[in-house]
Amino acid sequence: MQLSRSARIALRVAAGLGFAVIYVPLALVLVNSFNPDRSASWPPPGLTFHWWSVAWENTGAREALWVSVKAGLGATAIALVLGTLIAFAVARHGFFGRDAISFVVVLPIALPGIVTGIALNSAFSTVLEPLGVGLGMFTVVVGHATFCIVVVFNNVVARLRRTSGSYEEAAMDLGADTFRAFVDITFPLIRSALLAGGLLAFALSFDEIVVTTFTAGPGVETLPIWIFNNMTRPQQAPVVNVVAAVLVLLSVIPIYVAQRLSADTATESRI
Amino acid sequence: MTSTAQAAGRSPVRRLAGTLHRRPRLRLSLLLTAPLLWLAVLYLGSLAVLFISAFWTTDSFTSEVVKVWSTDNFEALFTTPVFRQVILRSVGVALAVTALCAVIAFPVAFFTARIAKPKWRPLLVVAILTPLWASYLVKVYAWRLILSQGGLADWMLKPLGLSGPGYGLTATVIALTYLWLPYMILPIHTALEQLPANLLDASADLGARAGRTFRSVVLPMVLPSVAAGSVFTFSLSLGDYITVQIVGGKSQLIGNLVYSNIELNLPMAAALGTVPVVVIVLYLLAMRRTGALSSL
Repeated sequence: MQLSRSARIALRVAAGLGFAVIYVPLALVLVNSFNPDRSASWPPPGLTFHWWSVAWENTGAREALWVSVKAGLGATAIALVLGTLIAFAVARHGFFGRDAISFVVVLPIALPGIVTGIALNSAFSTVLEPLGVGLGMFTVVVGHATFCIVVVFNNVVARLRRTSGSYEEAAMDLGADTFRAFVDITFPLIRSALLAGGLLAFALSFDEIVVTTFTAGPGVETLPIWIFNNMTRPQQAPVVNVVAAVLVLLSVIPIYVAQRLSADTATESRI
Repeated sequence: MTSTAQAAGRSPVRRLAGTLHRRPRLRLSLLLTAPLLWLAVLYLGSLAVLFISAFWTTDSFTSEVVKVWSTDNFEALFTTPVFRQVILRSVGVALAVTALCAVIAFPVAFFTARIAKPKWRPLLVVAILTPLWASYLVKVYAWRLILSQGGLADWMLKPLGLSGPGYGLTATVIALTYLWLPYMILPIHTALEQLPANLLDASADLGARAGRTFRSVVLPMVLPSVAAGSVFTFSLSLGDYITVQIVGGKSQLIGNLVYSNIELNLPMAAALGTVPVVVIVLYLLAMRRTGALSSL
């Protein structure tokens, strides 16, 4: 399409504005963490590192971070196992109800988080609590794993569809049994898809607030819950600013790793 | 005799591998048992109980759930003015967010897919994707900072004699648009990138100017991707209640109603929760006709 010069310039300006809209809020969070003033008024009266050291000493934020990491690792581990199992079933077998399974895998992330949240909450409190298992870390991990399965599944199933089963067959012709073929052939083929899926699952769990609200007991506070609880407290505002800035900086890591792992995972959408 | 002797000679692992190889049904059921227990029993089971509980009621004195089948909650949904208002407002917000996302996403995607130099394009895609990884809460928090009194929005609009919208429904629409924008840019970018250049050349050869080519060639081919992106922007907006709590001021969406009913009246919360689910399913069915779902 031959665009006129003015149309090109207009598109450039519009795209520039679009990128500004995307990045200005993130930049503001970074700048605001150096704001000596407790209010978010603009422009900030000066710049200070003071709140960064205050935040470093803040035990509440540090404990919440640790809880988030543990929950994320637990959920990722479960999602890796279950997602891979389903991916193998769907990609390597034909059976009745295969499409239904792909649908059920997506459901926990497709439905609004609050629906998933109260469903799991009422199930946990009616079934698990009489057994002596209250809401806590365990239920958070179970809840997170449920919606993390889909990202592992998506990554692994895409990889399996691209690699035919003939490598495994060749290995078996050469005398390898099912397990041997998996260890030597299949696993190396899907390894980077597993890594990408696990990374996405961890990020998804790390960021989740709604399902966490309904599956965490009173004593379990993940980082998003901590931010949410402290966001409206003027006393805590500077620490929240710093934690938010740290999270913006950390978000560069997964995109970099995903980019290194494989080009196709980086350009696919997040789920 | 020989076959048993052979079998006995093999290690148990090897025997198991052989059995699994010969019996694909067994292999399949071993693969599926754990995931199905998790998803079908735990997740679908809880959902089913939740939806059944929408037909129960709550004793107004004791707040105990009364497990007697009734459609009172659903009648209340349609007859209580507050519920009707909130449902309509939520759908309105979700549609507004979707429309805004499409309007902002199109020029950005057009630039990244067709105007920018090819060697910059992958980098621009990463630039669109990076905010997806930033925390949801941090992004809403950013808008809380921008829209706060004396914040960035007020400062920018002051020379024009205006002030920012403050916290409220407008702020909610802005924050949600910001949150879901990448979900709209990416599918449009992909569609525009895959648009064959010779179609555009053909259109130009036949005498069409840029505007005409855009309307008759580009738009029809990209529309399914816009629809695909809208599935995310619409359904994510419809279910949200955290953003409303942070920047929405006093306004309420359907998610907030569900949230405020959970403690006191779980059956009512369940009934309210079916509303976004039903609306999203209807939206998906409508979008299926555009061919959007196959490009998800």
